[in-house]
Amino acid sequence: MELIQQLINGITLGSTYALIALGYTMVYGIVLLINFAHGEIFMFGAFAGLFIVTVLGISNLYLAILGAMVFSMGLGVLIEFIAYRPLRGSTRLSALISAIGVSIFLGSLMVLIRGANVTSFPRKELFTMKNIEFYGLSISNLQIAIILISAILMISLQLFVNYTKIGRAMRATSMDGDASILMGVNQNSIISITFAIGSGLAAAGGVLWGLNFSSIHPYMGLMAGLKAFAAAVLGGIGSIPGAMFGGVFLGVAETLGIAADLSKYKDAFAFAILIIVLLIRPTGLFGRKISKKV
Amino acid sequence: MLTVENINVYYGAIHALRNVSLQVNQGEIVSLIGANGAGKSSILRTISGLNKLKGGKISFLDKVLYESKTKKNIFGNESFTTTGVAPHSLAKMGIGHVPEGRRVFPHMSVKENLLMGAYSRKDRDFSESFENVFEKFPRLKERIKQPAGTLSGGEQQMLAMGRALMNQPKLLLMDEPSMGLAPMLVEEIFDIIKEINSKTGTTILLVEQNAHLALSIAHRGYVIETGEIILEGPAQELANNPEVRKAYLGE
Repeated sequence: MELIQQLINGITLGSTYALIALGYTMVYGIVLLINFAHGEIFMFGAFAGLFIVTVLGISNLYLAILGAMVFSMGLGVLIEFIAYRPLRGSTRLSALISAIGVSIFLGSLMVLIRGANVTSFPRKELFTMKNIEFYGLSISNLQIAIILISAILMISLQLFVNYTKIGRAMRATSMDGDASILMGVNQNSIISITFAIGSGLAAAGGVLWGLNFSSIHPYMGLMAGLKAFAAAVLGGIGSIPGAMFGGVFLGVAETLGIAADLSKYKDAFAFAILIIVLLIRPTGLFGRKISKKV
Repeated sequence: MLTVENINVYYGAIHALRNVSLQVNQGEIVSLIGANGAGKSSILRTISGLNKLKGGKISFLDKVLYESKTKKNIFGNESFTTTGVAPHSLAKMGIGHVPEGRRVFPHMSVKENLLMGAYSRKDRDFSESFENVFEKFPRLKERIKQPAGTLSGGEQQMLAMGRALMNQPKLLLMDEPSMGLAPMLVEEIFDIIKEINSKTGTTILLVEQNAHLALSIAHRGYVIETGEIILEGPAQELANNPEVRKAYLGE
């Protein structure tokens, strides 16, 4: 029973990792860039949720998530436009350095706005917690909500990517950029859409994270972002199902580790697993061998 | 229909195309022949906007696609400014490109690849185009759900052609359609190229290493050597030209 209990806790945590990991993997799939500012987009999403509840006074969970998503979509598109687009066609290293710069900038910007302290997230206004007990398991309705909302978002993403014209163009661009231009795909808009979707999912993850831990802070994006990145690589960077699986897998592994009284090493689990998987399968669990694009 | 005037293209320090000019008229099949690395594919890639020009002008149906002009800065150094349409808008204008090495989307099904071909079309009814493609390439219909990456080389070539046809192009750029294919298949593919031209009047600019085949179906041809056009004329004339026969037809 204890195991199942921890599994559920792990899936709850893991589904937020998965939501963030999707942004890393999608952006990498399209522009071959590790968007290191993605963790900060997640953090801004959480603060946008806070802003909507405390300043705008809207205490509806779905509106808070939606508002945070819209805000972060804009932020993601803006970052791409300012920090990555001018560097397109230059070496991948310069775009990566730019990404790290954006990450530091956004983290510091939030410290400037809100101070470096931990802020409590207004969970009470958004959600009435109830514990459901059965067969010795104790699951909160919040956990169920987090898992369900994450699942809905991820299923919608899969449907979008696999069955819409824009989704098809995104996949085509990630498989062969030049060929997709010949089909008439506007790379710039596909890249913007990719950043928007990835950032929106991260923001949803941010609000759910705030609900789950009921506190947020300006540097929360650092560790969560790194772990989600590990999850994306673990699942095979560029693979959407891989990022979903990787995120949940890491969340469960971390929770089981804590339950096994190894909470000191909580943050080390993700990276230890990452190293082991990469030693055995360098392309990640769901990764395809990427032939170098010229 | 397509006019290329004095274009120059560089890959870093390498001058890949030198003052290349060529003309393709409505309804023609024009073949560009030349050895490996002569710059044949570079010409097609430049027309499609995948390479940038430094000097020269390309126009299509009386519309300037790209124009590159020299500009002197205050120190008297020359630099190029290139203006032109975005490469992705060419499909909408009616230029199709079957690239070298097919470049089908490997993890998409045959059907999805064909749908990508119709990406730029405004109308939503592709059934006629699908039928047209399947009539030319019945094998694609058999494999409609199969990922393109699992097709044989010949089938991938058919798919790349079918994908371009889905957009109902006015001008079709074809890059080495015979590459790596069995002789039987090559003939089949070339018959279809001829048919595309004669039935729908699609203009075709064909790049080929197989000079004999390329000239046999073309109306006119150009011979390119190390980035320069050295000969041009009616296909029959080129095929009988002693220099061409010696260099490209193995005589």
